[in-house]
Amino acid sequence: MITHDILIVGGGLTGLRAAVGLCDKYNVGLISKVYPLRSHSIAAQGGINASLANNPEGRDDTWEKHTFDTVKGSDYLGDQNAIEIMCKEAPKIVYEMEHWGCPFSRFPDGTIAQRPFGGGGFPRTCFSTDITGHSLLNTLYERAVYKNVKIYPEWFVTGLCVENGQCHGVIVLDIHSGELIPVRAKVTVFGTGGYGRVYRNSTNALINTGSGIGMAYKAGVGLKDMEFVQFHPTTLIGTNILMTEGCRGEGGYLFNNKGERFMKSYVPTAMELAPRDIVSRCIQTEINEGRGFDHPLGKYIQLDLRHLGEKKILERLPGIHSICIDFIGIDPVKEPIPIMPSQHYSMGGIDVNEKGASEIKGFYAAGECACVSVHGANRLGGNSLLDTIVFGKLTAQAIDKELSEHDLKPEENYLLKLEENVEKKINRLTKPGGERPYKLAADLGAVMSEKVGIFRTKDELAQALDEVTKIKERYRNVSVSSTDKHMNYELHNALELDYMLEVAHTIVLGALLREESRGAHFRRDFDTRNDTNWLKHTIAKMGNDLEPVISYKDVVITRYQPMERKY
Amino acid sequence: MIKSDTYTFKILRYDVKEPDKEPLFESYKIKVIPGLTVLAMLLRIRDEIDGTLSFRCSCRSAICGSCAMVINGKIDLACRTQVATFGTDTIILEPLPNFEIIKDLVVDMTPFWQMYEKIQPYLIRKSPAPEKEIHQSEKDRKKIDQFVNCILCACCYGACPVLNRDPQYAGPAALAKLQRFSSDSRDQRSAKALEIFNNEKGVWGCDTVFRCIDACPKDVRPTDGIVGLRKTMLKNKFKIMSGGGIK
Ligand SMILES: Cc1cc2nc3c(=O)[nH]c(=O)nc-3n(C[C@H](O)[C@H](O)[C@H](O)COP(=O)(O)OP(=O)(O)OC[C@H]3O[C@@H](n4cnc5c(N)ncnc54)[C@H](O)[C@@H]3O)c2cc1C
Ligand code: SF4
Ligand code: SF4
Ligand code: FES
Repeated sequence: MITHDILIVGGGLTGLRAAVGLCDKYNVGLISKVYPLRSHSIAAQGGINASLANNPEGRDDTWEKHTFDTVKGSDYLGDQNAIEIMCKEAPKIVYEMEHWGCPFSRFPDGTIAQRPFGGGGFPRTCFSTDITGHSLLNTLYERAVYKNVKIYPEWFVTGLCVENGQCHGVIVLDIHSGELIPVRAKVTVFGTGGYGRVYRNSTNALINTGSGIGMAYKAGVGLKDMEFVQFHPTTLIGTNILMTEGCRGEGGYLFNNKGERFMKSYVPTAMELAPRDIVSRCIQTEINEGRGFDHPLGKYIQLDLRHLGEKKILERLPGIHSICIDFIGIDPVKEPIPIMPSQHYSMGGIDVNEKGASEIKGFYAAGECACVSVHGANRLGGNSLLDTIVFGKLTAQAIDKELSEHDLKPEENYLLKLEENVEKKINRLTKPGGERPYKLAADLGAVMSEKVGIFRTKDELAQALDEVTKIKERYRNVSVSSTDKHMNYELHNALELDYMLEVAHTIVLGALLREESRGAHFRRDFDTRNDTNWLKHTIAKMGNDLEPVISYKDVVITRYQPMERKY
Repeated sequence: MIKSDTYTFKILRYDVKEPDKEPLFESYKIKVIPGLTVLAMLLRIRDEIDGTLSFRCSCRSAICGSCAMVINGKIDLACRTQVATFGTDTIILEPLPNFEIIKDLVVDMTPFWQMYEKIQPYLIRKSPAPEKEIHQSEKDRKKIDQFVNCILCACCYGACPVLNRDPQYAGPAALAKLQRFSSDSRDQRSAKALEIFNNEKGVWGCDTVFRCIDACPKDVRPTDGIVGLRKTMLKNKFKIMSGGGIK
């Protein structure tokens, strides 16, 4: 048994920021299933929003304007008190990251450069070329090294221990040794990231299974707004690597198999530059109605950059150019890029307040695994990197306050009991003869991408619910190839699959029940927003029969009354 | 070009928990379609043929630095290497050299991270922080760009012949990181902080044979960093000789 005052799970921006904020005063341990720098935060490209007003075109930007853009972008489902806090805090944390060494791109006057981004009225996205996540994550990791944070890399958390309304710690599987290790802590913080891999097609890293979210749920913590899933319109077929919005921003066209720039029949004014959710819906419609192209890797639409010319492509989109060559063997100077929409971001997550606190004593969460909610029904580009660092910091402050007011006593017995259960689970999974876990994961991904995607209907959602339930039944009979516990990635995947299935279940159920269209949740059978009945958060909790129980919670509105979301 | 429908992957298998068993190549035959990467094939081999195969991966887009290995004799990231780029339908995969193997394609990266930590990989400031950002010119920002791009994948570490004979050598990635900070206009580390590397285990250990530059998937050019550090150290030495003293 290992003991810490505070245990942080997650080596992405959220987890590292929380650790850096607490390690001077408390005995902190940080656990991550990969080396922290391999976390998904590393892949963010575009930037992080803060109303610094450095851009000559945006001198009158303020945190209030940032708040309004975010509220509107959320389709009024975001909690306005939390959004205000985040936007007010934004300039402070960007300056702090700069002071800690983040290599932001610069304006000629030496200040941090800022560019416009979708859904923002002002150019307020701070960036570090097109590798902003990489620069921020390296900076926070450097800070953690400087502060000597105790890190346990390649430790996989397999269970969260909650008893009597209090969190006692976690059970870890050390990937190298294969040992189970109970970790006791007064406070446990999850910064475990999104669940993109519940979908077959996702821009997310392969490790983004959402196991943290599923683990919290299984331990009795509520999940909020799980039905809100962001889909990005342009991702490379096969790998679904993100093709930044910049491709269309620079003038790229979208073509169907009839050679038509089909956007003209949907949004003739904005064409390719219509908002993300709309473009995703148009592309999916073209594919569904048989106007996509065929490829062994799937059906696609063409993103054509050729008319921009080699010079512009190499100057403005060098990253895209090399990704296309490395990952699909296509040179966008000479050929159109095969793209499709795919899952991109998890708006929903562990239900917490603006302090990162859940209803369970001693259990906190922040970043993409959590739902405060600051993104509501639709997240704006550049706001999630902000979310991770701001709420990583504020959660640390709230924990400090809680622990200085009253001590918490986590209990060893509960952990030992959970360890036994995990051991049993592993023994069952390593018993030969059952179905291999990858088959279930593939079937789950297919159901989610095909039936719980951009367009949703009652029938398809009901079918999806049925199929997810069936895969859950099959899970009871899963077995992996080897009884070895060390370096057994298949076992690791099988353990995560359990949580992925729960996450998927709450997404499908939330979507089936929400009979309206709001932000990223689009119901063909209820295609408008309905504030009278649905201006509320969905909460999913595991019931005694292990089935999700749904309830609803009010949205916090401070200054901005809901209006129609027009761009 | 795809060479055939079915490819043979020969993968070096070893388990540190069974030290008596020698590392052995195991062959897997699997169907291939155009556009697939070595990592995509590894994932399929683990799923469809052999669940016991171990390798690291995360981003599958050449940014997280997890999947460095030797692919048909060349060190590279498995996720950015197209199966079709080789003029053969046999692909041989081995773990990164200059490291101990833990299992199959997974190596123990501890020495790599230890060197990284040793160079004090963080911005060192002596002046108090301003209210807003510390100003930096576009030109000064450009100076560090190449080194900022490093994804700490250790391809260079695996390729370096000096590390092969002297594990105490700091190595290309750590030294490139040191140059990333030392040449950052905002960094105020003392000349002493560089002195630890002013020797054969540090910048003077490098043979400047550029293997690291060839191996790096991100055009970091670690040797440029090493040469830059040498210049700074010589300049500092000149300052001492002319009576400036080390700060
Ligand atoms: C391609 C792409 C581009 C993006 N670009 C932008 C952008 O430009 N701007 C923006 O604002 N946002 C962007 N985003 C979103 C943003 O990157 C993420 O929301 C954010 O980085 C999430 O950070 P996090 O710290 O919450 O989680 P992550 O960075 O995902 O970290 C999760 C951590 O938890 C650990 N973990 C998870 N489960 C376990 C477990 N069971 N046991 C142990 N450890 C575990 C992992 O090891 C990891 O360290 C982008 C997303 C994608 C997919
Ligand atoms: S140039 Fe120097 S650091 Fe790079 S591989 Fe050669 S000896 Fe190693
Ligand atoms: S210098 Fe290049 S090869 Fe070396 S660790 Fe950095 S990115 Fe990898
Ligand atoms: S998987 Fe991230 S670099 Fe290859």
